[in-house]
Amino acid sequence: MKFGTKLLHTGYEVDPVTGAAAIPIYQVSTFDQPALDRPGPFDYARSGNPTRQALEKILAELEGPAAAAFAFSSGMAAISTVLMLFQAGDHLVVTEDCYGGTYRLLTRVFRRFNIEATFVDTSEPAAVRAALKEHPNTRALFVETVSNPFLKLTDVRAMAEIAREQGALLIVDNTFLSPYLCRPLEEGADIVVHSATKYLGGHSDLIAGTVAVKTAELAQEVYFLQNAVGAVLGPQDCFLLMRGIKTLKVRMERQCATAAALAAWLAKRPEVREVYYPGVGAMVAFRLVHPSLTGPFVERLKLPLLGVSLGAVETLVAVPARHSHASVPAEERARRGITGDLIRLSVGIEEVEDLLADLEQALRYAAAVAPATH
Amino acid sequence: MQVDDQIRINRETERESQQGRGRPHVATTHGQTKEQPAVKLTTAIVHAGTRRDPRTGSIPVPIYQTATFQHPALGQSTGYDYSRTKNPTREALEDALAQLEVGARGLAFASGMAAIHCVLQLLQPGDHIIVTEDLYGGTYRLFNQVLKLDHTFVDTTDLEAVRAAVRSNTKAILVETPTNPLMKVADVAAIARIAREAGALLIVDNTFLTPYFFRPLELDADIVVHSASKYLAGHNDVVAGAVVAKDPAIGERLFFYQNATGAILGPQDSFLVLRGLKTLALRMEKHQENARRIAGWLRCHPLVNRVHYPGRGGMISFEVVRHELVPQVLARVKLILFAESLGGVETLITFPFTQTHADIPVYVRERLGINDRLLRLSAGIEDAEDLIADLAQALGGGPEVPQDAQESQGPEAPHGAQAPRGVQMPSGNSGSQGRGRDYDYRREGPGGSAGLGRRGSR
Repeated sequence: MKFGTKLLHTGYEVDPVTGAAAIPIYQVSTFDQPALDRPGPFDYARSGNPTRQALEKILAELEGPAAAAFAFSSGMAAISTVLMLFQAGDHLVVTEDCYGGTYRLLTRVFRRFNIEATFVDTSEPAAVRAALKEHPNTRALFVETVSNPFLKLTDVRAMAEIAREQGALLIVDNTFLSPYLCRPLEEGADIVVHSATKYLGGHSDLIAGTVAVKTAELAQEVYFLQNAVGAVLGPQDCFLLMRGIKTLKVRMERQCATAAALAAWLAKRPEVREVYYPGVGAMVAFRLVHPSLTGPFVERLKLPLLGVSLGAVETLVAVPARHSHASVPAEERARRGITGDLIRLSVGIEEVEDLLADLEQALRYAAAVAPATH
Repeated sequence: MQVDDQIRINRETERESQQGRGRPHVATTHGQTKEQPAVKLTTAIVHAGTRRDPRTGSIPVPIYQTATFQHPALGQSTGYDYSRTKNPTREALEDALAQLEVGARGLAFASGMAAIHCVLQLLQPGDHIIVTEDLYGGTYRLFNQVLKLDHTFVDTTDLEAVRAAVRSNTKAILVETPTNPLMKVADVAAIARIAREAGALLIVDNTFLTPYFFRPLELDADIVVHSASKYLAGHNDVVAGAVVAKDPAIGERLFFYQNATGAILGPQDSFLVLRGLKTLALRMEKHQENARRIAGWLRCHPLVNRVHYPGRGGMISFEVVRHELVPQVLARVKLILFAESLGGVETLITFPFTQTHADIPVYVRERLGINDRLLRLSAGIEDAEDLIADLAQALGGGPEVPQDAQESQGPEAPHGAQAPRGVQMPSGNSGSQGRGRDYDYRREGPGGSAGLGRRGSR
């Protein structure tokens, strides 16, 4: 079955009792048990909820060779839970320009438990190997398929090879590409995480995270932690996420095509110094010729919503230094070039002509009102 | 209280949020705020989450099913940026929780376990924690198998045992009261003094009694945690957790971990917990009335050896005379549901020996009194006579269903729930500070248990 069909017909989206074409929202905490020696399939909704189970089965199907998938109350909850697989003294190699929340988690929450992380440019396999030499206790590579905010691609197969040689786990945050564009488990990754708030949900209307794992052993460990720590996704949000997944392909096709068009157009603009677009996905970052253009530009935009998050049907604009990477220390941001002139667009499904016209008027306005910049 | 249409309760404006969260305020129609006159707790609960949508006037807070919020301009914020950090629906619930527990900051989580996990983040590896020995198994699992904290189990009804367990690196004392499933009651005010001397945080799991019957922060506890799936939500329809901190600085640290690790409660579930809170007082009164009547009836039943009921709240455990009665009762109950969890409007019965405490070695369970004859009942809000009739037919061999089943008042718990300043408690709920008489316990076992609970709930 092709991916786009699978999104709609995984076999888990129908209620087996009534035949309802959508799984019911099981707003329930506990389940009546048939008898003392015959436990029912569900006992307590933190441990298992039929709505969440349907979602988790669909997620596992979408990720390719996944043994199981799990839904969490946020992307950060998903990543936190995966990081709990590690012990004091373990070391991780992590994509340098990773999401600010992941950076915060590693440096301010898990470091207290003596789990160390080295941040390297994982688009350079040699840099990853060098980090391993310095840290023989490296237990995992944690990479983002497309880094944030510079949208650098990491070669999952190359990372999988390094991880295999090291005997380390390869964890891939695939939020920016979604399983429509990339399925890391097929390329040798062990664990895939998503902020499902983004493309999987796709409508700016829920907060959710997912984890998919390759092996039954990892599935058991992650399930233990999901249940023990309890950062589970509620049934309403599970339903909305399933609903969002149905249009993943049609949304992303449109978003990717529009992003490519905007990136090409932006590269020709005099107000734009540099465009970051990896040729895949629906995120575009660009640097204005001067930081003084940033405020007038984003405020003049009429269509894109100014706010954090990404991956929705509505185009969103953000200034990474103020938004997604605000939790990264200022000097670290400066070192990485995440400065006030950098803009990030999450391209939605509006008509491309409307977006182009809006960007153009805002760029012209910003260049006109900003102080002399050249 | 006469609800005056000029009076706003707990309306979170920008100004108020700077002054302190979750405090009842009144505002005139001219928008001036002032401290609200004494409001009964039951009234405050009913008004939780109201007056938050001035645009439409909607009485309940809307369900903000949103991930992100548009910024008015660069560098400006409506106060809401991203729903993991702050969501208006969850915020309404969090403010209500802080108000009910009389704390500085309330936080809502994806489950009770997620709430407790967040609180345990305040401890560092190497820190020591003292915990109630018959602690909920999920909590035990969390710090024993996930966080690997150094811990000592003590009978927290024994103050000397608590004091003796304090070490130089003791950073917290975690108390469940009453305990699960043996309903032993701890003296929270006395343990708070021990914690204060030790420089340790006192964390109280208040799931069983709720702030309606008991408010640990008023007795100098630092943090209250709840499985809000239970009485707070109250309808067996939500999985949720709650944390309330007494001190704003501790609240801020907990918020950091809530946001960083992201185990938040979604907007739909936040709305349902808030909706449940509105009837907390009515439900808790009925849960307690039913529990007292059922406990009184069970005590007279020839097939029942012991009844554990602390005289307050809706939870009972009881021991039948022989194990064969256990599967019989669980199979025969018609109205009462055989399910884990507790605190909902529907009465639930469970078998702790294999349902929630299965991973404890048999000899330990026996020593603690969690044996293969013990059943635990969460009294719902059905008519008490129907519940007693159901238990009577399920147990068999007992007295006829009494029309006048004697109520068990039980001992007053030593928790000493006292009215917060500016809040008058409903009559009949102010407890005494002293340890109550034990006439409720037929032959109280020596202690509790540390249940692991393979999958499920309390």
